[in-house]
Amino acid sequence: MPHIALPEGLPGIRGAMAFRPEIAGPMSELAEVLLHGPHSLPAGERELIATYVSSLNDCYYCQTSHGAIAAAHLDGDEEVVRRVKEDFRQAEISEKLKALLAIAAKVQRGGKNVTAEDVGLAREYGATDVEIHDTVLIAAAFCMYNRYVDGLATTYPRDEASYRERGKQVAREGYVSAGKGYGQAAASTR
Amino acid sequence: MAHIALPEGLPGISAGFAFRPETAKPMRELAHILLHEPGTLTPGERELIATYVSARNDCYFCQTSHGAAAAAHLGGEEAVQRVKEDLETAPVSAKLRALLKIAGKVQSGGKNVSEEDVAQARGLGATDLEIHDTVLIAAAFCMYNRYVDGLGTWQPQDPSMYAQMGKRLAEHGYRNPSR
Repeated sequence: MPHIALPEGLPGIRGAMAFRPEIAGPMSELAEVLLHGPHSLPAGERELIATYVSSLNDCYYCQTSHGAIAAAHLDGDEEVVRRVKEDFRQAEISEKLKALLAIAAKVQRGGKNVTAEDVGLAREYGATDVEIHDTVLIAAAFCMYNRYVDGLATTYPRDEASYRERGKQVAREGYVSAGKGYGQAAASTR
Repeated sequence: MAHIALPEGLPGISAGFAFRPETAKPMRELAHILLHEPGTLTPGERELIATYVSARNDCYFCQTSHGAAAAAHLGGEEAVQRVKEDLETAPVSAKLRALLKIAGKVQSGGKNVSEEDVAQARGLGATDLEIHDTVLIAAAFCMYNRYVDGLGTWQPQDPSMYAQMGKRLAEHGYRNPSR
């Protein structure tokens, strides 16, 4: 049971944002810019970073929902999502993305862990300053989203397959569009 | 030196914000709603939560700037220093102490918040909205802190700069760029 009286029927972060629609705006907009908006890193790669950090933070809802969104972007490739979570160095992804995932892992443990060498390696593989910036911020932001979801003890389904359809929808529409209606859900429960 | 080519002369998070205005906008808006807009917890109390979490994350820029904002709201630095040093004996209400404990749990990981932690805060008068916002302030500062340190931003150690920044934040909030 959640720690506070969240609207029923909306899993994970969606129930929490429906409880507080004022913050749903900026929280969705940040995810939209970082994960869905136009970018030199494909959306599937950015979702893999979000999924990986969420798995390091052991947040079931976030790693499963963003894993499903990543797979939807990557032509349904759920195997690469699993491999990235298990051991990204063995996954079939670019060396650049591996270097960015290594930076994300450092940020997850604490910002000071990122070294000039980590950044130098990513840059050697072609990462730009905006890509490095956004990797740091995606990792940092998921240290927020993950703690928000689990810190309120939100409830959510435990079977991965049930995340597929929503994953396709968010991959298609993005976070702002897919998140519309939080205000209404809150109005009906308060 | 910063890890990427951030604009020079801007301290801490303001350099990250200037580098990437598209992400700055929702990040500023979130801080403004959580810390500055009217709420049943005073802005001073909410800034203490932000400061406490930033101290636990060892982020110099965030704990010093939000500590200064808290001090500006509260009319002095004593509560700020004492909350960072020893929560148990700090001069804050029992309700705020219970909320700060929840914030500390969130900082080490969301799953660490227990039903007992929440029940204790509720028993001392905390509402669901206050508990929600405490969890989100703590979670959000786990983002802001990692952003500031993960980019290797410039963090000057000049107390007067932070005092001025704290006054400005306490007065105007976070929505609009300060320069």
